[in-house]
Amino acid sequence: MIPPISKLLFRALTRGPQTRRGPVAPDPDGALELAAALGERARAKLGRSLAIREVDAGSCNGCELEIHAVNGPVYDLERFGIRFVASPRHADVLMVTGPVTANMAEALRRTYEAVPSPKWVVALGDCARDGGCFAGSYAVVGGAASVVPVDLHIPGCPPEPARILSGLLEVMERAVKG
Amino acid sequence: MIGQETLAEFLAGAETVAGSHPYPRTRLDRVGWQALVARLAGSDWGLMAEWGEPDEVYVALRDESDGEIRIVSHRCFDRRFAAIGAVRPAAIRLERAIRDLWGLEPEGLDDRRPWLDHGRWPVRQPLAARPRDPSPTPFAYPFLTAEGEGLHQIPVGPVHAGVIEPGHFRFHAQGETVVRLEARLGYTHKGIAGLATGRTIKEVARLAGRVSGDSTVAYALAYARAVEAATGADVPRRANWLRALMAELERLANHLADIGGICNDAAFAVMLAHMSVLRERILGVNRALFGHRLLMDQVVPGGVAADLPPEGSETIKQLLYGLHKEIDRARQLYENTPSLSDRTQGTGILPSALANRFGAGGFVGRASGRGHDARRVPGYPPYEMLDLSVPMLLEGDVNARVMIRFAEAAESLRLINRILLELPDGPVRTDLPLRAGEGMAVTESFRGEVLVWVRVDESGRVVRFHAHDPSWFQWPLLEATIKGNIVADFPLCNKSFNCSYSGHDQ
Repeated sequence: MIPPISKLLFRALTRGPQTRRGPVAPDPDGALELAAALGERARAKLGRSLAIREVDAGSCNGCELEIHAVNGPVYDLERFGIRFVASPRHADVLMVTGPVTANMAEALRRTYEAVPSPKWVVALGDCARDGGCFAGSYAVVGGAASVVPVDLHIPGCPPEPARILSGLLEVMERAVKG
Repeated sequence: MIGQETLAEFLAGAETVAGSHPYPRTRLDRVGWQALVARLAGSDWGLMAEWGEPDEVYVALRDESDGEIRIVSHRCFDRRFAAIGAVRPAAIRLERAIRDLWGLEPEGLDDRRPWLDHGRWPVRQPLAARPRDPSPTPFAYPFLTAEGEGLHQIPVGPVHAGVIEPGHFRFHAQGETVVRLEARLGYTHKGIAGLATGRTIKEVARLAGRVSGDSTVAYALAYARAVEAATGADVPRRANWLRALMAELERLANHLADIGGICNDAAFAVMLAHMSVLRERILGVNRALFGHRLLMDQVVPGGVAADLPPEGSETIKQLLYGLHKEIDRARQLYENTPSLSDRTQGTGILPSALANRFGAGGFVGRASGRGHDARRVPGYPPYEMLDLSVPMLLEGDVNARVMIRFAEAAESLRLINRILLELPDGPVRTDLPLRAGEGMAVTESFRGEVLVWVRVDESGRVVRFHAHDPSWFQWPLLEATIKGNIVADFPLCNKSFNCSYSGHDQ
């Protein structure tokens, strides 16, 4: 019997990757042009490398699902040299999701402090802007900006993967300016 | 015989509170409540949820022998009540949370530590009639100890290495072997119950759909059904079928992501890649047909937000066709990769007795011989028309939890197909009548049974909202499951449980 893994790898080899790409074919959510631009900038500004540390400061886990999607083979963030890292000490960018809960505020602040400078903070999703639908609760401090200085906000509930890509492009822009 | 008395018989003589739908609410006095607690020590009445109000404690129970569901409440004028957690360990954390939020004291509960309250809120007992002043400093949290030669502690979190939710895990390990694990949760507590109070039914729907983002359809559905029960709304048939369609799409997408994630934690990354592609196909169809990749805000009280577009049925059928083949291939790959089986088989065994004792639902329960499924008992439309089959295994290891997911994914594919074939015509939404009342509903999320209890007033506002996540009864079991396993297998076990932090903390 041919092991299933061989079949799978063979199919992947013959059919090519699942990643959305190609400059010609129009893409419904505009991810393609975005991806090309992101690749160029990543190379030019940060030497093909941007490391992101994600902190869930109290999200409903919807944003995390879409971050996983951006990391997956279809959007494949890593082809641009952007990747999510395990330690804040390896990170250039802190990506914050969710309203910042009172119980997470200190953990978020300490994670930010552990990121070496220069560093940028991306607030991902509507909650990270101002607390979203959870604003006003006794248990919620507010958006990410109430605890750490935010450089960029990517809107959406949750933001779609294409939007996350476009947001990271913006981070590249700011990285070179500032 | 005492042992055969049903829950309904036990509650027969007590005061029934008017306006609770569809499950009756019985109010017990102090003696009655104590008798209930005593009875819970030996009966097979299942604990579904427990929550509070400023002066009253509530518990939802199910008699496992006849499936009868009852809500029992107890007015505690002196702000104390006999703890169910003293006889039912599954209730311990629920009652610690009741003490934190409503300031009601569970008498007889050994564990005095706060649970959701970390001493960082601007008030203590925020949902009590008179909240208390804040704690001057955050609480220290004494973890349960383990003593012996060569033992060491490993603190993990609340910020973890991956893109996951926050929570703290304290391991006591001897070498590589875990002697004790204790979780500390509550980091994502957002105060949803407090936010919901006084808001309109529509506004609360948005909150309900964000209790746990991965189960947004299941929560929105439970909330909608609870509100419809309270107000006496009659939902159009087509809406029920479309709701089931969305719920199954959600289940499918989550199970696939889980299978990929578990294999990835066993260092078999190719499965995660494969599954991510399949999941993305589902989310793409969701986006095209319903306008939201995760289907947030699509199930609303009174029906669904929008009808399936005309091309919807054909689009989903094409999706199903591709998925069917690919999932089958993935299952073969999973079953025929010895290095993967080596990691998942015999790892993280949850004994059936524990699963039953805690009333664990979802794949956690079903992989350990507890075949409960809310789609069947109590059941809700349209599942009674769909001949639902619920897979069950007895091994209780990581492998069993993966295989349950494969079986449920296959079943969801079949259900979606049936739904598309039999989808009735008609309207998809109705207006809610303005009526005061209480309603409760249970739905089956991919993770297990979601329960929502709600009280609305005649002006269409929510007076109380309570949502119960299946993770409440699964988190403690993860701690039991990991015991004796190696630390390196914790991510694998944890992912195979995939409990919700946000759903638990709220």
